Amino acid sequence: MSIARFTAVERAVHWAVAVLMMVCILTALVLYNGSLALLVGHRHAVVTVHEWSGIALPVPMLLGALSAAYRLDVRRLNRFTEADWAWLRSKDRRSGRIRVGKFNAGQKLNASLSVGATLVLLGTGTIMWFTGLVRLSWRTGATLIHDWSALALGLLVLGHVVYALRDTEALRGMWSGRVSVQWASREHAAWADEVDPG
Amino acid sequence: MSDRPERSELDGTPVGRRVVLGLIGLGALGVVTGSTIQQGLSRALAPVQLRDPTGLSQYLPIGDTFRYYSVAGAVESQDAATYRLAVSGLVNTPTTYTLADLHALPQVAITEDFHCVTGWSVEDVPWTGVRLSHLLDLASPTPEAVAIRFRSFDGVYTENMTLAQARDDVLVALTMYGEPVTDAHGGPVRIYAAPMYGYKSTKWLSEIELTDSNIPGYWEERGYPLDGIIGE
Repeated sequence: MSIARFTAVERAVHWAVAVLMMVCILTALVLYNGSLALLVGHRHAVVTVHEWSGIALPVPMLLGALSAAYRLDVRRLNRFTEADWAWLRSKDRRSGRIRVGKFNAGQKLNASLSVGATLVLLGTGTIMWFTGLVRLSWRTGATLIHDWSALALGLLVLGHVVYALRDTEALRGMWSGRVSVQWASREHAAWADEVDPG
Repeated sequence: MSDRPERSELDGTPVGRRVVLGLIGLGALGVVTGSTIQQGLSRALAPVQLRDPTGLSQYLPIGDTFRYYSVAGAVESQDAATYRLAVSGLVNTPTTYTLADLHALPQVAITEDFHCVTGWSVEDVPWTGVRLSHLLDLASPTPEAVAIRFRSFDGVYTENMTLAQARDDVLVALTMYGEPVTDAHGGPVRIYAAPMYGYKSTKWLSEIELTDSNIPGYWEERGYPLDGIIGE
């Protein structure tokens, strides 16, 4: 028995963002790492790909907002309930003792930290792109913040991928849109009851 | 009863929004105060980097390090045997120098902060080399010459500056930190233009051509300022 977890729109947004994020990360590695930079060269081409994939990154999310299902899930990710705080504090998060909703607190934090870091990277990236916008000391600040945010977001994405690969049912949910009832009742009990009260 | 879990999930506190707004606030604060933070960070972390047995700390974005920019593909390296620098164009005495020729000319030392236009910088970088104005005097520009077009043996990069700017603190640099300029830093010979952002300091220098107009170089064609004076 399986239940619907993500609509086609939500999955399309997720994978479009994933592809753009990987392009940003790979080009960032070439721009940042000296040996890679010298190996690949063509700095202007790499910069251009990095800039445009960065600018494009929020577009799928903005388009997703046209879908009611997407907006509802964004609202779920935004809100922290008593159960979420209890889940975060608990030592047996995976036991299913604390009945969390469609998203657990870790997923919610991942979502908001990713969005926040992405917006910071967009802002600081724009300052570095258009060097005439602000004075030099602010550009220095923008470069510093861009670098540290990129490092933090890179680690966050890495963690996200590791968790997804360790829980293949969760991954299947984002790939096919459906998950097993057993998985839903174990990992997201309150949500499972909501969609399938029987 | 069945709609209670959903309602309770949507009735929670908007922590997500606070996290996003908080990060944007911190980011903005970081942009404004960042150059001070960076100086503190590099001072605090420099000793750690020196003693770090894992070598991982070199990948931390401390900011106070050179970043390697190359606009071409792989750049074939040049050594004392193969290297040539041409001074050409609107001059009475076009000349081609070997590395030994350049070392035989009077050497000048400049120690200055290196600033990239995008914001990163490195404090107190010592350079030595031949003053560009000395090479210009030797070549004797014709009255029509008003600017310089630098070329790189990477085959792609070009730079420009006016003759007046070229007579300021601009070196045809042969050493950096007391050692010959390395391949990665644009050696064996590069420009170091002290008053200007890094993109004006052509790496892998192969030609100094005097021109009758200030022709925009590689990054100038792509939107960077024609003069590139630090702070402007």
